[in-house]
Amino acid sequence: MNLPNLLDLSWARVFAVFLKELVQMRRDRPTFAIMIMMPVMQLVLFGYAINTDPRYLPAVVEMREDGPMTRAFLASLRASTFVDIVAVARTADEGEAMLRSGEANFLISIPEGFERRLVRGERPQILIAADASDPVAAGGALGAIERVAQSAFAPEFEGSLSYLAQGPPPYEIVVHRRYNPAGVTAFNIVPALLGVILTMTMVMITSIALTRETERGTMENLLATPVRPLEVMIGKTTPYVFVGAIQVAIVLIVATLLFRIPFTGSFLAFLIAVTLFILANLMLGYLISTVARTQMQAMQMTFFIFLPSILLSGFMFPFAAMPAWAQAIGEALPITHFLRIVREVVLKEAGLADIAGDLWPLALILVVLATLALLRFRRTLD
Amino acid sequence: MSETVIDVRGLTKSFGGRKVVDNFDLKVPRGAIYGFLGPNGSGKTTTIRMVCGLLKPESGAGEVLGLDVLKESLKIKERVGYMTQKFSLYEDLSIRENLEFIARLYGLDRRVERVDRALEDLGLSERQAQLAGKLSGGWKQRLALAACMIHEPELLLLDEPTAGVDPKARRDFWDAIRRYSAQGVTTLVSTHYMDEAVQCDSIAYIAYGKKLIDSPTAEIPKQIGLHGWRVAGRPLQQAQEMLEQSPGVDLVARFGAEIHACGKDAAALERAVRAVKQAQPHVAIEPIEAGFEEIFIYLMSGAMDNFQ
Repeated sequence: MNLPNLLDLSWARVFAVFLKELVQMRRDRPTFAIMIMMPVMQLVLFGYAINTDPRYLPAVVEMREDGPMTRAFLASLRASTFVDIVAVARTADEGEAMLRSGEANFLISIPEGFERRLVRGERPQILIAADASDPVAAGGALGAIERVAQSAFAPEFEGSLSYLAQGPPPYEIVVHRRYNPAGVTAFNIVPALLGVILTMTMVMITSIALTRETERGTMENLLATPVRPLEVMIGKTTPYVFVGAIQVAIVLIVATLLFRIPFTGSFLAFLIAVTLFILANLMLGYLISTVARTQMQAMQMTFFIFLPSILLSGFMFPFAAMPAWAQAIGEALPITHFLRIVREVVLKEAGLADIAGDLWPLALILVVLATLALLRFRRTLD
Repeated sequence: MSETVIDVRGLTKSFGGRKVVDNFDLKVPRGAIYGFLGPNGSGKTTTIRMVCGLLKPESGAGEVLGLDVLKESLKIKERVGYMTQKFSLYEDLSIRENLEFIARLYGLDRRVERVDRALEDLGLSERQAQLAGKLSGGWKQRLALAACMIHEPELLLLDEPTAGVDPKARRDFWDAIRRYSAQGVTTLVSTHYMDEAVQCDSIAYIAYGKKLIDSPTAEIPKQIGLHGWRVAGRPLQQAQEMLEQSPGVDLVARFGAEIHACGKDAAALERAVRAVKQAQPHVAIEPIEAGFEEIFIYLMSGAMDNFQ
């Protein structure tokens, strides 16, 4: 074909094609709805839910001393928007447990005899143990706590104590970065990426499981056989459990060999959690395939799930820093629970008991999704 | 064993407020080949789907193979072979893999043996590893028939099984159905082809969701009572156009160089034909007996609206 031929144009035919596309676009309501909804959703998520300057990170304070200065410090911490004091621990173990389970991101300890040694100029220590499994969240808040301390103690250093206001602060803030002492970002991101990879592939693959049968017309034949809905569901999703297992193995090998990520916790706990997570994602995809009428719709719905899975799960941005409604959405997503579990197991030496709090929501999500999918499955062509 | 294989009464189904099948009754005896005729969109596919449990009727009741059509559709499915209008096996599976899949779904014993035999009957043993999607239309139909026969069903529901298939393949297909019938398999088959309809023992004719005729094939011409005239000569086109406008002419069918004009009212038909002769003196007219061909064209053209 030569060029003049290629550039031949009849506006009437262009209009015919344009009109046809317009009609087809209007007929495909779900696709159209998602095209409209997508920008709204992104604006809301990025604009309101996501806060890259984390605030209200949960912290636990361990008070070994109860005096006017330490009380002033505690009051300032409570007033601060950087941390949210979720508990005041009386014993060291209590605080440690909260740090490990993720209930608190920081453990702030004030040792016994703090005020006495402060007055004597012995520079007593305020110990801050930070959960550095998320280095970004930890880093910002640590500086903030130092500023809170400064402004809390300043009014106390007056009169006879005014000598303490001179020179460097009369106390020392010692920070322990727990679980990821070097603050390596990869330690946080790589285990979490496993969750993202599994969500993306497992949901996408099964989202077309039934849609493809319907689109190709093979559904009619399948329904004409005595096969039961549960049999179809189990049979169709099981192959991808193996695909998921291969993905898990690849990520674990790469994480260990390439990124030198330590695996500190219970491997059994990890296996149980990752299996539940894979199943929950497969059911989520399968549920989509009972709703979507075309493969295109299934893909778009998958993306619709994928976006909050990345933004609201604590993968990219600290979960604790999100508003309550965004956290509620996050809690309903399988990946949110899996991310907490995988970080605890890989970096925080967690065992089965430590992750129980996120394991049962994962199991609940799985059961709810599977039930919905079974109920949605149409036994007839109606 | 019950001698009536399909016995449904008052089946009704609507889509979007339109009654697609309306108060449909059907009785099919064991071993019969029952033809299911009607113009496009008359409700044949919907009826077949209700019989095999793929659609739920809004009202009506019935038994298929002695099982309740509303409550026992899973049991019915185990004993029925349903061949869909559109090829609905997996194009990305091989011929053998498709048959094995279906055989497993029915939980058949001696699976390998059954599949081997089906492949042999089909004449596809050599090509069993070929993808089903690569088969021509005729071969796809044969594969689909083999797939719905693999569990040795007692009832075959075939929805336009030979649409778009060449005449040789259609003849082979019907030979197979008659063989099964001789073995006691009952067949309900919808078709658009007159030569196939004639091969059925009985015919149910459906239009606009209503069953209008249900009788043994041989009795249908008498039952309809169609009268015919042959019109030949030139100019045929004008004669045809004139006939089509005339009252009393229900069907004008062109057969090569002649026209068959048919109608239910013998006197009105004769008046119309004679009027044509008057206008076009060069054409020859002659009364004929309306045969199956005319009757089926008449039926398939959807001209049965006012019947009964």
